[in-house]
Amino acid sequence: MSAISVRGLRKAYGEYEAVRGVDFDVAEGEVYALLGHNGAGKSTIVEILEGFRQRSSGEVTVLGHDPASGGRELRDRIGIVLQTSGIEPELTVREAVELYGSVYRRRRAAADVIELVGLEEKVDARVGTLSGGQRRRLDLALGIVGQPDVLFLDEPTTGFDAAARRRSWELVADLCRLGTTVLLTTHYLDEAEHLADRVGVLSHGLLIAEGTPQELIGREGATTISFTLADANVDDLDGVLPPAARVVGQLVQFELDDPTVALHRLTGWAIERGARLDGLSVTRPSLEDVFLGLAEAESFDGEVAS
Amino acid sequence: MSGWPSPLGLVLVQIRHQLRMIWRIPIALFFTIMLPLVMLVLFNALFGGEDVRTDSGTWPVSQFYTGGLAAFTAVSATYTNLANMVPIRREEGVLKRWRGTPMTTGTYLIGFVGSAIVLAAVGAGIMIGMGVVFYDLQIEAAKVPAMIVTFLVGVGSFAALGMAVAAVVSDASSASAVANMTILPLGFVSNIFIPLDDPPAWLKTLGDVFPLKPFATAFQDTFNPAVDAPAFDWQRLLFILLWGVAGALVAVKWFKWEPSRGGRSTRRRRSSRADAAAAPAE
Repeated sequence: MSAISVRGLRKAYGEYEAVRGVDFDVAEGEVYALLGHNGAGKSTIVEILEGFRQRSSGEVTVLGHDPASGGRELRDRIGIVLQTSGIEPELTVREAVELYGSVYRRRRAAADVIELVGLEEKVDARVGTLSGGQRRRLDLALGIVGQPDVLFLDEPTTGFDAAARRRSWELVADLCRLGTTVLLTTHYLDEAEHLADRVGVLSHGLLIAEGTPQELIGREGATTISFTLADANVDDLDGVLPPAARVVGQLVQFELDDPTVALHRLTGWAIERGARLDGLSVTRPSLEDVFLGLAEAESFDGEVAS
Repeated sequence: MSGWPSPLGLVLVQIRHQLRMIWRIPIALFFTIMLPLVMLVLFNALFGGEDVRTDSGTWPVSQFYTGGLAAFTAVSATYTNLANMVPIRREEGVLKRWRGTPMTTGTYLIGFVGSAIVLAAVGAGIMIGMGVVFYDLQIEAAKVPAMIVTFLVGVGSFAALGMAVAAVVSDASSASAVANMTILPLGFVSNIFIPLDDPPAWLKTLGDVFPLKPFATAFQDTFNPAVDAPAFDWQRLLFILLWGVAGALVAVKWFKWEPSRGGRSTRRRRSSRADAAAAPAE
């Protein structure tokens, strides 16, 4: 049974439809990322799954419960890390973790949770004195103190610098190893690529693509190989390069679905001739390219339709 | 899987933490506990040894001020405190966070209100203790049950009214202003700061239609030698209770867990951005 199941989900705020019919499943133990720009509908979907908002229509279950009516039984088994939510600033880190932990049936020891998120040194500091990154880690601590089966992370690293994001990813990856099902929203493509088993790409309230990061990238196609030929004549490469190769001066570039054979032939040729392939690079498309491709296609379709 | 933590245990944990937090907000402690005590000292220094005359008879100043200021402390600790703190917690997003936990919302609010009532009891207790020790306050054992019952009806009702303000007024700074602007002026026409001896009719009416003067008077009567034991003022207690029930109904009907204005504007901003993005497609 899937931990989260969403069928035909719609949500309208008055005239404006934020979610326009979305289906997806998250398997137990899976990390699923909803990827999209601001206003794509990510947070609306997550807040419906968390039970904070009522859906307009569609079927939604989390751990077999309807989140609109799952009540206490469900909230005991989920952890929520909201985009913006406060913690009583007068409490210390330890007191906050103990207080919020006291309401769950299964709870992790406060000291363990604090160690897991790396706040040992701040254990007696008031919540109000923590930095943004430390606050976010405490958010995470409060999300996992009840040993949730499903953890919701709504834009967990928005506003972080690069180093803090790396640390936060390691932390989330640690949690995933503990077997927690995670639904995360993000508008960082590298975050989805790094953390998620599967990614759903949201645009204007619709799921426009879904798959593993590799599948999404694979769908966009080819690997690009490029180099500059340093001390040899480009004409000597005749028969070595695939027919589609582009040559501009000494710069050579070509795309292939499976570059293995072509690369072998190319490097073999270079070794034989003692030629240098300056700046040789083999790059696959990033999720960014995929996302831009999908989003462009979608808005282009929209233009044609209307 | 282990069982649910007991509801009573959860309420006690909440009360303990709420009190710990109030203890760490000096301004709240000052206005709730210290300021009425300062007034007690000042009024006794200014008017001590004299008698006051009110509708309830003529009696010593210390008996009048201790009872009235203890009632005022109880109102500050419940009504003013909750009308201030609950909207602050809502704006901080703390209420929303609690809503996402398995603790029932009722348990959370009972803990919040319970901590206010404990604070009220502590404040009133210190006030009465100071009266006994420094100002020769006389307490009649036969009136103690009326004192306790009046106190409980008062704090319960004013807590409900504080929650009503917190429910109806959307943002924290307005709620704070509403609480103070209602309770401070009323304090002057409710036999708390000034004994009212035959006031103008409109002032008397103003005091009588709101619950502060009935509460202060009913509580003062349990310290008033001119009022015989047991000193239960059932009519006033019923009046206070009706206000409390009305407050509770308003609070239950309109209570919000998320800051409505902030939430709505965020959504509006989001949707207009999305509309702008979608505009070329239309």
